[in-house]
Amino acid sequence: MIINHPILGPRDSQEFVYLGAAEMMNRPDGMSAGIEEFHEWLYHRDNPAGEHRELWYHEQGDRSWLVVTRNTLTHEISRVELARDVAKAMGRSK
Amino acid sequence: MSQSNRISGGQIDRSKTLSFRFDGKSYQGHAGDTLASALLANGVRLMGRSFKYHRPRGPLSAGSEEPNALVHLRSGARQEPNTRATVAELFDGLEARSQNAWPSLKFDALAINDRLNTFLTAGFYYKTFMWPAAFWEKLYEPIIRKAAGLGALTRQEDPDSYDKGFLHCDLLIIGAGPAGLSAALTAGRAGAQVILADEDFRMGGRLKAETLEVGGQAGADWAAAQVLELAAMPNVRLMPRTTIIGAFDHGIYGAVERVSDHLAVPMKGKVRQTLWRIYSRRAVLAGGATERPIAFENNDRPGVMLAGALRAYANRWGVAVGRKVAVFTNNDDGLRTASDLRAKGLEVRVIDARKGEEVIDTSGRLGLKSVTIRSNGKVETIACDALGVSGGWNPNVNITSHHRSRPVWEEAIAAFVPGEDGPVGLTAAGAAAGALSTHGALATGQAQAIAALADLGIAAKADALPQAEDAPVAISPKWYVAGGKGRAWIDQQNDVTLKDVKLAQQENFTSVEHLKRYTTLGMATDQGKTGNVLGLAVMAGLTGKTIPETGTTIYRPPYTPVAMGTLAGRSRGKEFKPFRLTPSHKWAEEQGAVFVEVGMWLRSQWLPKAGETHWRESVDREVLATRKSVGICDVTTLGKIDIQGTDAAAFLDKVYANNFASLAVGKCRYGLMLREDGMVYDDGTTARLGENEYVMTTTTANAVLVFRNLEYARQVLWPDMDVQLISTTEAWAQFSVAGPNARKLLEKVVDQDISDAAFPYMGAGAITVGGIRGRLFRISFSGELAYEIAVPTRYGDALVRKLMEAGREFDAIVYGTEALGVMRVEKGHVAGNELNGQSSALNMGLGKMVSKKKDSIGMVLSQREALLDPNGYRLVGVKPVHKDGKLTAGSHFLAIGAAPVIENDGGWLTSKVYSPHLGCDIALGYLKAGDQKIGTQMRAVNLLAKPVQETLVEIVSPHFFDPEGERLRG
Repeated sequence: MIINHPILGPRDSQEFVYLGAAEMMNRPDGMSAGIEEFHEWLYHRDNPAGEHRELWYHEQGDRSWLVVTRNTLTHEISRVELARDVAKAMGRSK
Repeated sequence: MSQSNRISGGQIDRSKTLSFRFDGKSYQGHAGDTLASALLANGVRLMGRSFKYHRPRGPLSAGSEEPNALVHLRSGARQEPNTRATVAELFDGLEARSQNAWPSLKFDALAINDRLNTFLTAGFYYKTFMWPAAFWEKLYEPIIRKAAGLGALTRQEDPDSYDKGFLHCDLLIIGAGPAGLSAALTAGRAGAQVILADEDFRMGGRLKAETLEVGGQAGADWAAAQVLELAAMPNVRLMPRTTIIGAFDHGIYGAVERVSDHLAVPMKGKVRQTLWRIYSRRAVLAGGATERPIAFENNDRPGVMLAGALRAYANRWGVAVGRKVAVFTNNDDGLRTASDLRAKGLEVRVIDARKGEEVIDTSGRLGLKSVTIRSNGKVETIACDALGVSGGWNPNVNITSHHRSRPVWEEAIAAFVPGEDGPVGLTAAGAAAGALSTHGALATGQAQAIAALADLGIAAKADALPQAEDAPVAISPKWYVAGGKGRAWIDQQNDVTLKDVKLAQQENFTSVEHLKRYTTLGMATDQGKTGNVLGLAVMAGLTGKTIPETGTTIYRPPYTPVAMGTLAGRSRGKEFKPFRLTPSHKWAEEQGAVFVEVGMWLRSQWLPKAGETHWRESVDREVLATRKSVGICDVTTLGKIDIQGTDAAAFLDKVYANNFASLAVGKCRYGLMLREDGMVYDDGTTARLGENEYVMTTTTANAVLVFRNLEYARQVLWPDMDVQLISTTEAWAQFSVAGPNARKLLEKVVDQDISDAAFPYMGAGAITVGGIRGRLFRISFSGELAYEIAVPTRYGDALVRKLMEAGREFDAIVYGTEALGVMRVEKGHVAGNELNGQSSALNMGLGKMVSKKKDSIGMVLSQREALLDPNGYRLVGVKPVHKDGKLTAGSHFLAIGAAPVIENDGGWLTSKVYSPHLGCDIALGYLKAGDQKIGTQMRAVNLLAKPVQETLVEIVSPHFFDPEGERLRG
């Protein structure tokens, strides 16, 4: 596969490490959320046949974490974003 | 007798005679021959024995679809099994042997299987070898494997090299027949970056095998002229001897280039094959078509072949497979074979199924002698030594279904053509797309190239096409000859006959996927290139369904077999994966160190001194010398990460379970890292070198993972934190200097005051070593007064030599990873065996380190009820009650008198060493409620040892040595 890195352009997927669903970015705050909420966040995720937003890490590149929107049926990649930008847009801060 | 069947014409170089051997006998051929064409030129039709019945077989085809003529090519370490004689390019000195025959090809003892065929039908081993179960692995399978088989491996190491490479292009064209050449010319003239790949050693595809004209000249000459024009274009890369093996995602294609297979031995510095990864923006499949046989009795004799192959041997290689020839066809293309062979002066009898004529049997065990023909009720037997069969042509759709697109049936040509939903960016042209005439190939090749380039914004011109035949496909499907009593082969490689397909149908294995698995139709090296469509057409007939209703199995990569060595490339032996050397490697090598792989690193395991014969002697000496005076160890392999920024302290509080914000500048602290599920995954020390500057160490094994996770925390979880990271593992050479004389030694080396007052326990800071910048950390893994000293990597070798020189008066030694392990177990420090991914801080006796006053990764879920079980596993020390008692890591704890059953399992020993300090084996282990069992006795039981090993042990604190830590504060 080829991932069109927002900064570096098209790169072979072999340069990346796959993590999993981008939903994981939505980590609860450990000082306010309890075990139940963390459990739900860590263990329960969708496994869609179709469009999937997922985290990839450009380990053999610039070390960017990316959010890649990929169709799990066709492997078509429709969008690639810097995870930091996505995280900020979600309201994550410090 | 030499080349008795060589006739005039052909694209071989008769001025170059090549000698070769087949089954020990010498023959001659010419440059441009394949092994099969050269053998046929010498009158040799018998080239192999079949897979199951050991039937005598000759080539069915003249190309890569070949199911029968598989040989061992070359000898010795270069011997390669299952090489298709039909594509093996002849070279001088070539050696080949037939396979799956014993004692000889002409007399094969296992041909008895052919007589036993009633017992060996489809699925025979599912039915026959059911019972008893244990017999399968020990008796049935070895026997079946020996009897049924293809080539054998020599088990010698391949002496040749293989490469991997990467290519990029606008347009990849797969196949250099008329369609591929037309596409390449169109794209090349438009200035696009083009790769034209073809599996053959000469480009031109089917034009080389035909007498058809293109643009008023012989097709082969036209093709050669186009190849010359393309070769002169700097934007076109011609890749003959290159098979596109698969379509992968996003326009990536795999290709195998046979760089040296046409030579006896690769030229110096050349590889045998290269595995290419081709990144294409668009691709055109111009892979041509493959002829299919018709099933009739004994249609597998040497001398029976596809009609198109028969004329390929005549036209391209100047070989008459036989002097008296019959052609059995259901379409006009078969008639082309007849007229081409007649033009060569051969006697040809045509049996046209469309006129009610059919071949009902053949004779000639080791080679065709006659065929029996039924023609409108009349039966006659005619003598002949070659029979060409044409059941029509199947477009080579294979690559279009690599992304699971199903081919679709096209009635007009009675064949499957590529489906609409093939790989994105790939289109088919020419025969591969069902355009089976020469004009059709030229026109669709051009059109698909123009369309593909238009997608890319490259304008390509439609030049006038050369004049070429445009005959329609005149075919009337005929799959098999009914009414026979014997066997009619469908898939010759797997010995699948008409009867097998009928049996599958009777037993209700009617879906194409079941048919394939039950009968093995379409498996093995040829993947059913000639037999698949025939097999499913027969099944359609038997079930009363149409072919589209019956459907087809789809193809997977690779298109043709790929050698394991090609896939491995350079990753073999010592180069299987990269390895890293520590800065003291050269010095350690000089000392005769024994090295061990730790992650990718080679580290000194121990450093034997003269006279030491057993590793334990060296390790015990290293431990005792360190604890008595001073020892040095290269710890460069530990991960080192520089962390800077105004939020660095807050960041460390997030990624470590324990508190870091309170760490003072100039100090370091042990830290514990958890996964979000609450399990410990790494540990190490982090030093605060400045207000906003830290250096973290990780375990050797997890250096990459920790860095990845820190980047995740920084970019994704807390994106507004001002934190910058850089890995400095390779930037600093770092040595541990441990033992009562560690300070005295370092004082001779370090420029600054490092007295206890100036550099207290857990101190950290910048130093200089003879003016060279360095870092010093007063940390200890061994439990001794210890430091880690770091200098830029390029000074690492010099530093170890300087330390040893300065340490001479203290009898300083260098210790390896074994001694390191002994000392850490003596101190009860956890390492890889305890950090097993299933253990919490509480299990390790470090539960109090997890701060609940801040949000850190893993903190919340580490507090789950089950993980806080007061009777859960706890890290303990283990000592044999009797000093000579032996311990084994992995042994399980059992209470005295308890039976060795899972209900009684108390836990296990994680790490075991011999402690020269205590004079006995000691171990660490996880024991249920271990903290409550200190001082009690249990059994350590190793059920895997023979006889079972049982040792009476005392459960003790994991801190065997200096539990109060007085030494390291000294």
